[in-house]
Amino acid sequence: MFAADLLIAQNIAFYVMAAIIIGAAIRVVTVKNMVHAALWLVVVLAGIAGQFILLASEFIAITQVLVYIGAVIILFLFGIMLTRAPMGETEEFDNSPRMRISAVAIGGFLLVVLGYSVWDGVRDQQFDTITVQQTTDVADSIIGPYVVPLLMVAVLLTAALIGAVVLARRD
Amino acid sequence: MFVNQFLFLAAVLFSIGVYGVLARRNAVLVLMSIELILNAVNINLVAFGTQLNDVSGQVFALFIIAIAAAEVGVGLALVIMLYRNRRSIDIDEIDLMKG
Repeated sequence: MFAADLLIAQNIAFYVMAAIIIGAAIRVVTVKNMVHAALWLVVVLAGIAGQFILLASEFIAITQVLVYIGAVIILFLFGIMLTRAPMGETEEFDNSPRMRISAVAIGGFLLVVLGYSVWDGVRDQQFDTITVQQTTDVADSIIGPYVVPLLMVAVLLTAALIGAVVLARRD
Repeated sequence: MFVNQFLFLAAVLFSIGVYGVLARRNAVLVLMSIELILNAVNINLVAFGTQLNDVSGQVFALFIIAIAAAEVGVGLALVIMLYRNRRSIDIDEIDLMKG
């Protein structure tokens, strides 16, 4: 249960973080230095973890930090280093300007369609009372009704990791 | 707070990710853009889960995080193999199966 003044603070936090996320996301897709792109991605992922905390979903926020910022970014940095990406700024990461203009058109069209359908479908629904979703509830749900998908994810992860080792090893 | 706030943020992130997939030529940068798209979906799931006070949204977001991690692992292994065979990860040059 949040009082109205707390909601104002939440709104401010939301808009500040949203601005940071969108700015950093634009940098990820436009910056000319690959390592910088990976580091801007860290900013995006951390901001999204903050949004999860605003949505009172603590476990997913911590998982976001551990898995994405902790593991996925390291994988990306290793990928950048192992493929000997040109360090410093180059133009060779981007497609030709004509391709980029059509990419902007497609992205903008998608944004308009998604934005309109979101606005039309949800209108001005509010979060009435935000109750914290405890980690114990998540655990009960994963081990309870979602145990079969959990086991499938375990099998998938094993298969993916064995596949990655087989693909990447030198023989 | 409006539910729409989060959904719009997710829509913007999704569109930026799609732009990145289309405009980038380097395979690792394309994978990064795919991460942006997956994260946008996660925001939607968690927002609806909080609105409906249902923990399923978080559970689905967790599964997506796990699958995204697997995808990055396999994707980067493929990219490294590609680099080893062709000395380049420019996806414009991968046209072996082009008719």
